[in-house]
Amino acid sequence: MTAPQAEPVLDSHGPAAPPRRNGELALDEPWQGRLFGVTMALCRSGAVDHERFRQQLIAEIALWEAEHPNGGGYSYWDRWQAALEAVLERAAILDVATLTALAAELAARPAGHDHAHPHQHVAR
Amino acid sequence: MTDVFGAGATEASAATGVTPGRPPTNAQRTEALESLLVERGYVTTAEIDRLVEHFLDDLGPMVGSRIVAQAWLDPAYKQRLLTDADAVLAELDVGSTQTEHLVVVENTPEVHNVVVCTLCSCYPWSVLGLPPAWYKDPAYRSRIVREPRAVLAEMGTEVDEGTEIRVWDSSAEVRYLVLPMPPDDVGELHDRTIDELAQLVGRDAMIGVAPAGTR
Repeated sequence: MTAPQAEPVLDSHGPAAPPRRNGELALDEPWQGRLFGVTMALCRSGAVDHERFRQQLIAEIALWEAEHPNGGGYSYWDRWQAALEAVLERAAILDVATLTALAAELAARPAGHDHAHPHQHVAR
Repeated sequence: MTDVFGAGATEASAATGVTPGRPPTNAQRTEALESLLVERGYVTTAEIDRLVEHFLDDLGPMVGSRIVAQAWLDPAYKQRLLTDADAVLAELDVGSTQTEHLVVVENTPEVHNVVVCTLCSCYPWSVLGLPPAWYKDPAYRSRIVREPRAVLAEMGTEVDEGTEIRVWDSSAEVRYLVLPMPPDDVGELHDRTIDELAQLVGRDAMIGVAPAGTR
């Protein structure tokens, strides 16, 4: 162990490693991290009230559980996404229809659109 | 390292060509959300990057681990932590966006504490980083209240029959951090540095589902 450092350092393993390495992954896919970051940024700026978001998340989870008594296919981050969209729409920050339209545009992009950099993936 | 927070991350596909009509994935929906909010000036990509890094890499369980290690070494600090954790946190300036109180509960030979959020996933992010997947699982959230001893045993933590188990349900107002007991084999605490001791304090120990010193 070296001398204490000014900033906590990311451990790659061991008891003090971040949640994604300490046992199991806290986040399974990149979008979940981005969604979390977007939400925190909105709460921090005051655009979204944290407690209002939290209540919406509770409601979304409860609704899902009521509709899926067997519990199969549950995704916490799906509920988070639904909660954030609902809160944003209610606050007139964005409407879900616009969001859905843009997401559909993104879905229609050619596969590999994000791999167009000349330094990437020369193997075919 | 797995880049679970990659900026502007997108879905990859083995297929080629445009695929009209394919429903957007969660990732595409999140990308669209971020794009619209940036465009409208509600957030910036840099701020999102910074917060994500803050909550995972800068904080993570390291803050909680060091708090516990310090409490092991310093009885006066421990007492302040147990009576007014908010004040201790304020001194650390961990930059929480949360407005609720943090309460620290101490494990002893007589009492074992474990934390849950039965309603959703309230969690002391500012000291523990992001919650583990099982913390959000409906089965954990319901069973740990009904049969804590059995659930803890399933998670590898056998609590003596003579030890009382207290389950703390997080709420909008209060979130909990368990102060675990030092491992039996740690020896003389004061022979160790705070960093060495912090290495023994895993996230699960601070939720109360594992003892300190174990993985």
